[in-house]
Amino acid sequence: MSTAQPPVPVLPGTTGSELTAGKLPQRAVPAVYGVAALAAVGLALAGMNRALAIVLAAAVAGVFLVGWAWLVEGRRRAIDRLVTISVTSAFFAALAPLVSLVETVAVKGSARFDAEFFTSSMRNVVGEGGGAYHAILGTLIITGLATLMSVPIGVLTAIYLVEYGRGRLKTAITFFVDLMTGIPSIVAGLFAFAVFAIFFGPGIRMGIMGAVALSILMIPIVVRSTEEMLKIVPNSLREASYALGVSKWRTIVKVVLPTALAGMITGIVVAIARVIGETAPLLVTVGAITSVNGDPFNGRMSNLPVFSYDSYRSPGVPPEPYLQRAWAAALALIIIVLALNLVARLVYRRYGTHLR
Amino acid sequence: MSTAEPSDKIALTGGSRRDRMRRMGDQVFSGLALGSGVLILVALSGVALFLLIQGWPALTADPSQIPGGDGFVNYVAPLAFGTILSSAIAVLVGIPMAIAVSLFIVFYAPKRIAQTLGAFVDLLAAIPSIVYGLWGVAVLGPAMVGLQGWLEGHLGFLPFFKGPVTTTGRTMFTAGLVLGVMILPIVSAVTREVFSQTPRKLIEGALALGATRWEMIRMTVLPFGRSAIVGASMLGLGRALGETMAVALILSISGDVTFNLISAGNPSTIAANIALKFPESSGLAVDVLIASGLALFAITLVVNMAARSVIARAERGAR
Repeated sequence: MSTAQPPVPVLPGTTGSELTAGKLPQRAVPAVYGVAALAAVGLALAGMNRALAIVLAAAVAGVFLVGWAWLVEGRRRAIDRLVTISVTSAFFAALAPLVSLVETVAVKGSARFDAEFFTSSMRNVVGEGGGAYHAILGTLIITGLATLMSVPIGVLTAIYLVEYGRGRLKTAITFFVDLMTGIPSIVAGLFAFAVFAIFFGPGIRMGIMGAVALSILMIPIVVRSTEEMLKIVPNSLREASYALGVSKWRTIVKVVLPTALAGMITGIVVAIARVIGETAPLLVTVGAITSVNGDPFNGRMSNLPVFSYDSYRSPGVPPEPYLQRAWAAALALIIIVLALNLVARLVYRRYGTHLR
Repeated sequence: MSTAEPSDKIALTGGSRRDRMRRMGDQVFSGLALGSGVLILVALSGVALFLLIQGWPALTADPSQIPGGDGFVNYVAPLAFGTILSSAIAVLVGIPMAIAVSLFIVFYAPKRIAQTLGAFVDLLAAIPSIVYGLWGVAVLGPAMVGLQGWLEGHLGFLPFFKGPVTTTGRTMFTAGLVLGVMILPIVSAVTREVFSQTPRKLIEGALALGATRWEMIRMTVLPFGRSAIVGASMLGLGRALGETMAVALILSISGDVTFNLISAGNPSTIAANIALKFPESSGLAVDVLIASGLALFAITLVVNMAARSVIARAERGAR
């Protein structure tokens, strides 16, 4: 038996003094931040930039607390407080863009978020009026086609990886699915363009090209989420089915998939939400037109993200109606994306398998 | 799966019709599943192949015919510079923030609401990039004018903040910040996962020795999650390199190659350049854009491969 002791980590600056050092009053933190919040409101009312007032007040409060703790509690506790404050501030700072973004889009988008926006196209519209009916229809068709292509391929691949795959091929497919999640969206668009351009010439623009591009982005998301869901189906269910003499494929179709269904639907809805706002791949494959086109195999097709981009990037004269339509399209997109995410979460909470 | 599965090789009863049907069903189904998996391998190599085919004329064309008249490499080089510069800012801003956010969610936030907070951070990834672009031009850009003016006045001796400052805020600095926000949820998702797997005995051991929460994190969580942080950062870098629409909308582009982050003259990025030029291009110009897309694809592929192998090693170590 060895008598060597494992090395004991020595905490920097540990002397006895911390044990006897004082502590800040229990309510110190809420009190200081309460004062800071009042100060921020005061500064904002006095005409200071709202964001700047909040940042300034929070920073002063933080410095004050850390300094106070340093004097009363010693260096180590003060550093601990400094980190706590920094990490918490970082979290709220990270959410600030989300809040500001949603607020901005809601305010600017509501100007033209009316019935006409959803019922009329931009055909023969110059200046005021018009809407995004053609773009909404195009987005639904393109995303729908992309979903039709991605879901069978994605789900079957996940089934292969979980139920059948072994050895190098499984490793290779897992690795390439991971790499596919990293393909820049514009590259996916160029790929779809390159494929179709070889067969139809360089001027080709069709809705289906956009759907192919979106599928490239969507398949890996579907595979990863379905794979996770199939993995948490307990093996006892599979074994019970085999013991009854049910063949493997019927076990998968009748036992495994129904058990994982809610989670799979959640993953698919999240995947749809992820690609429905993609602009770059549609910009290079589908193009934009002002009138309604419901045929994905024939000619350019408008869609919400590109509609928003085009209206903002190259507005007519006067620019206001175009910019308002761009923001309204952005608002519609955000609402769609947030609603899809919410639906996904609700489906999973209501019907999901909680087996972990 | 490590389940005992009915093997195809053992035919229990000779060959009744039902058994044949049953085996055929199994074969068709496993064939479909395998086919889909292989299709993904084909698709990924197809991306490289078709981009190469369509971009080939640009790589072999006479240098004088490439836009700019100096050949493909000289066409792409300034774009690559802009791509790397904007991504570098994004990484510098986004990754420390992402790590702090992950630490907050895993170790500081009340356990009950931690999952909900994580969902809010994930929402950042759900916002379409076009909306980030619009927001960057309309809100963040103008809001940054004051700060950029201050930077020019006080740090103007650095090449990054030489100015002259813009009135719109549509600068490399703003674009990089927006990219930083966009990569934050991706980095945070990975680091959150690994931080929460830090062995309890290490955490409790550190706390039992009298470590403060920060000392516990510094001595157990960060060393444990180090390679995951590296991998997640590279994943974020890959995302920032390929981000298109936000940069295309925000950046006011002159094509200058400069480290000056706050002036109106900024280099473009490969992705933004494709989005801006593609709709109006034809002939060889399209081929050039596709070839530049191939270059972007190659860069992001290398970055992602490295990131994935680092993360895979970290996850194996975690188990």
